[in-house]
Amino acid sequence: MSLQSPLGKFLGLGSAKEGTEHWWSQRVTAVALIPLTLWFVVALLGMDSFEHAAVAAWLGQPVNAVLMILVLMVVLHHSQLGIQVVIEDYVHSGGLKVSMLLGSKFLHVAAGVAGIYSIIILSISALAGLGTGTGQ
Amino acid sequence: MPEIKRPLSPHVSVYSWQVSNTLSILHRATGVFLFAGALVLTAWIVSAALGQSAYDSVLNLLRGPLGLVLLLGLSAAFFYHLGNGIRHLVWDAGYGFDKHVARMSGWFTFLAAIAFTIAFWLGVTS
Repeated sequence: MSLQSPLGKFLGLGSAKEGTEHWWSQRVTAVALIPLTLWFVVALLGMDSFEHAAVAAWLGQPVNAVLMILVLMVVLHHSQLGIQVVIEDYVHSGGLKVSMLLGSKFLHVAAGVAGIYSIIILSISALAGLGTGTGQ
Repeated sequence: MPEIKRPLSPHVSVYSWQVSNTLSILHRATGVFLFAGALVLTAWIVSAALGQSAYDSVLNLLRGPLGLVLLLGLSAAFFYHLGNGIRHLVWDAGYGFDKHVARMSGWFTFLAAIAFTIAFWLGVTS
């Protein structure tokens, strides 16, 4: 006789209270990254110059800005999921493991916010005709 | 209670080394390395917004000998991780598990990564 409730049996999640979400997110981001990263590679190949003015203008262009925000968000999400698994697999000491997991997550989120903010700044600069970024 | 020494499988020291497990390890290694690549990409974007001088210091680092080695490694890691990632997605869909198919797709992915890396650098420097 099972002591599981009918709902518990249906959900099939056990005591962990979660199932395939991590695994699934990794696949969803992986699929999204195929076209996104290929677009970025083609874009890099098409760049006339890697000097500041050219790159700042390129990042500030609407279509590029939106796609670069997507690239950055999905890359960092996929990276966070992967690094988390690697830490969980190889770091066994409790304190160190938790610190590394937190550090990795904070770093990924901070990088994403900084990157997206920068692309927005470059877009606004381009729209306002300010030329090449701010801060000078 | 004394620790019972049970045999583990696949035991690393007696495990017969082959293409499949090498590529599997390489997938994880390139994944971790590409985390550094994501940070380089972020630094490149953030420095562009910070302005000319910040951007130039990042660009000069990336154009230096160490930077170029890093970018070369990241591009190779990227093309490998992308190809092998697609191979994994095909497996997730339930195809390509036969031993000879898995070996063949492994070699194909590995060689394609080298070819794409060479083609990318020929393209970007031309």
